[in-house]
Amino acid sequence: MNFKSIGAALALAALCTSAGADGHGGKVKVGMITTLSGGGAGLGIDVRDGFMLAVKQANTDALEVVIEDDQRKPEIAVQLADKMIQSEKVDVLTGIIWSNLAMAVVPAATAQGKFYLSPNAGPSALAGKGCHPNYFNVAWQNDNLHEAAGAYAKSEGFKNSFILAPNYPAGQDALTGYKRQYGGALAGEVFTQLGQTDYAAEIAQIRASGADSVFFFLPGGMGISFLKQYADSGVEIPVIGPAFSFDQGILQAVGDAALGVKNTSQWNKDIDNPTNAAFVESFQAEYGRLPSLYASQGFDTANLLLSAMAKADVKDADAFRAALKAAEFDSTRGDFAFGDNHHPIQDIYVREVIQEGDVFTNKIIGTALSAHSDVYAADCNM
Amino acid sequence: MISEKLLNGALIAGLLLVVLHAHLTDAPFTITLATKVAILAVAGVGLNIALGLGGLVSLGHAAFFGIGGYAMGILASHAQSYVPLMQSPVLIEGTKSMPVIWLVALLASALAALLIGALSLRTSGVYFIMITLAFAQMFYYFAISWPAYGGEDGLSIYVRNGFPGLNTLDPIQYFLVCFGVLVLALLVSFRLRTSPFGLALNAARQSTARVQAIGQNPFRLRLTAFVISGAITGLAGALFADLNRFVSPTMFSWQTSGEIMVFVILGGVGRVMGPLAGAALFILLEHLLGGVSDYWHIYLGALLLGVVLFARGGLVGVLTEGRSGDD
Amino acid sequence: MTLLLFLEQVLNGLQSGVMLFLTAAGLTLVFGVMGLINLAHGSLYMIGAFAAAAIAAATGSFTLAIIAALTAAAAAGALVEMVVIRRLYTRDHLDQVLATFALILIFSEATRWVFGSFPLYLDIPDALSGSVRLPGGIEYPRYRLALIAVGLTLAAGLFFLISRTRLGIQIRAGESDREMIAALGVNISKLYTLVFALGAALAGFAGALVGAIQSVQVGMGEPVLILAFVVIVIGGIGSIKGALVGAVLVGLTDTLGGVLLPEALRLFMAPSDAAAVGSALASMLIYLLMAVVLIWRPHGLYGMRA
Repeated sequence: MNFKSIGAALALAALCTSAGADGHGGKVKVGMITTLSGGGAGLGIDVRDGFMLAVKQANTDALEVVIEDDQRKPEIAVQLADKMIQSEKVDVLTGIIWSNLAMAVVPAATAQGKFYLSPNAGPSALAGKGCHPNYFNVAWQNDNLHEAAGAYAKSEGFKNSFILAPNYPAGQDALTGYKRQYGGALAGEVFTQLGQTDYAAEIAQIRASGADSVFFFLPGGMGISFLKQYADSGVEIPVIGPAFSFDQGILQAVGDAALGVKNTSQWNKDIDNPTNAAFVESFQAEYGRLPSLYASQGFDTANLLLSAMAKADVKDADAFRAALKAAEFDSTRGDFAFGDNHHPIQDIYVREVIQEGDVFTNKIIGTALSAHSDVYAADCNM
Repeated sequence: MISEKLLNGALIAGLLLVVLHAHLTDAPFTITLATKVAILAVAGVGLNIALGLGGLVSLGHAAFFGIGGYAMGILASHAQSYVPLMQSPVLIEGTKSMPVIWLVALLASALAALLIGALSLRTSGVYFIMITLAFAQMFYYFAISWPAYGGEDGLSIYVRNGFPGLNTLDPIQYFLVCFGVLVLALLVSFRLRTSPFGLALNAARQSTARVQAIGQNPFRLRLTAFVISGAITGLAGALFADLNRFVSPTMFSWQTSGEIMVFVILGGVGRVMGPLAGAALFILLEHLLGGVSDYWHIYLGALLLGVVLFARGGLVGVLTEGRSGDD
Repeated sequence: MTLLLFLEQVLNGLQSGVMLFLTAAGLTLVFGVMGLINLAHGSLYMIGAFAAAAIAAATGSFTLAIIAALTAAAAAGALVEMVVIRRLYTRDHLDQVLATFALILIFSEATRWVFGSFPLYLDIPDALSGSVRLPGGIEYPRYRLALIAVGLTLAAGLFFLISRTRLGIQIRAGESDREMIAALGVNISKLYTLVFALGAALAGFAGALVGAIQSVQVGMGEPVLILAFVVIVIGGIGSIKGALVGAVLVGLTDTLGGVLLPEALRLFMAPSDAAAVGSALASMLIYLLMAVVLIWRPHGLYGMRA
């Protein structure tokens, strides 16, 4: 299915209708750069589907979306951003999944006066000194879910954690984030290779370390491998991780091995508010699968944009920025606000992996951090 | 059936015409794409010296492409933050001057090519392919996990580096810079081919014994070719990083090596203009097929397969011989 | 680190080496017999894992899943050999590289098209789950022990096949003189298809076995392929024995390096830095091993002169 044709159809619809746009904003052209092919395409597809669901529900001809595939290559993402800014003349960019791609695209895009709404990545450089008035993060600052895991470990009384993450910037940030809230002693600290698939050596170290808890950040296939091998190793030390390894998309591939594991997330399908309930239901109806964290972030991003369009014209950058900052939309997460560095202030929950019939999913069992912001906000001069 | 000379002229003219048209109709992105074609063609010209002239099938040229990219990234990031690269024993500052960056990129990638070549050229054939691939992979993993220059995040440079007398931020001017480098690289490649060195290298490709008999050392010939080849690809890496104002470990990935090789083979191995024809065709395909389907890699793969099986000699070969016979 | 933990890590290194051997063995056979470099060997590994996951999901039987993996990978291998690879034997390595690079693109995206963009589920059989206590008190997963046993058995089987059977004689003859065996009346194109399918089946088998403890996803084959290259360079092209020794060396270096280097650096660095720097250096170790072997023996430990 080709979503570019949807974009084209929307554009055509926009041309054919002479009636003015909704609210008093003008038309807005959005460029979505996301990962739709190769490994990691699942996340991009979810963000896109969540975003386009909100666009479809809004049923407006004022919004035109152009979608391009970055193949998870930063160089391609940079070139697509150039194309969207130079040729497509978009007003707003969005869609990037990975921090390294965001770091390649966002500074240049915002410097050229475009708005960027991040539906997933939240590198620390863009939250602190490198914050920008036109950059809004609708998901989380990268450290947030790890901080929440640390806070949860502390509240559970864990005093000797073994922590591991891949050896790359997001992995290093993850361990720093965990330690920031956790505060206890460490039984071990290990960096694995990015893309590593065998964790026997690390699991042996965990078993020998005498730890009372294990924190890991291993996104994608790495987390699947780790959880399966950990469950089979017979090590009984409780595991905590951020939601990325327990997302709807990959839980089915982990299977039993994930049952009962606690993980931290700013969203879950059982958050009790009408927006979320409607979102979960309509997403299932539209695409025939349960929505993921990423889908909820895409959906929220689109609704934030639509709420700003209703209040201001994108050509009036100051007014549009103020409208975005106000964040007056119904989030699937319930309460949602932006801090001064344009990153979310939100609750982060602890979830547990459960089984509903044949399907593995999560349920919320507590709140790890309330109205949480991020530590980099203090460095942001806005 | 057209002569290769005519085709070469047409290729160069075609690239210039596309850019001129884009400039007049204010389509800056087309110029960006054309710049990308020119830069990737330079990388291909580099590989073609090892591949076409020396018969050295290197599947590790991403190493040099990446080193060139990081030469630019590291120097420019130090200049950007005003932190010297090294303070003792001598003070080395970063720089935002393209000529200096190019020089460093050339030297650094030549040095890497010397080391990798000295080891890899002890072998030949399939060994050589696998070893060059493995060495490039080593750089890739190192670049990802070494935290000093951004690791997997890479390095962003906020303003494109400067070239004396030009405004490199203007797409057309940067295109002309890259086009100039491409023309120079093509000239080097062309002169090399007809030089005594090139002839000896070509002879070594066909028969090692014959070259030894006339007192030439085939290892040294090949190593020299490999170093020149790596240096030119490294220069392309510096240009590519400047085009994106960004450098990351993906420049080191084995897919990058594969793609550079694809440009060369699509265009026609050993043909002077092959890399340009191949890069242009590849970028065009990527641009067109990407819009057709999320699974466009399938079509790309099928097309490549078709070229290998049924269009030997690549694009240039097919066009100049006027037939697409399968041998 | 205690001796016991060290021994457990040696076992882990051995296990990953043995699995690597299964992939490398097929590659080295194809190199040796047909002189063909096949970048798409990793795709056959992936096909095995996906076939196993699909059949396991449908039937719930691990045995059927393994059979499916073997069948699917062998069939894919035979098909690819007959449609594409066969035309490449007379070509130079360059054409082989490009054609098999193209096959990777096709296989990867076609798999994603059929199975979707998310990883699939494949679990180890109940009979092999959990861990056993080894003499000396090491708690070791039963499944990993089984992997070591299966890998070594297969290695022995391959040695037998190559040295004692009629097919083995033909394979060895093919390695040393291709024209000769054709002249002796062996149906060479059938032999090639058979060898290619055998290599594919080994890769698919490894993919399925490893897929049960890892993630079954698109692109899982390429990292293994590159490791297999390193193994073959170390062991020597065409040598099954070389592949086994090389694979175990690579497995041990990779596992022990990743564990020991950060430990060693901790003696003179902060733990966080030691972990990061140690891991960065460990990622380069197997390539350094390869370089050392190359300086010492340019044609690998057991390779013949090319």
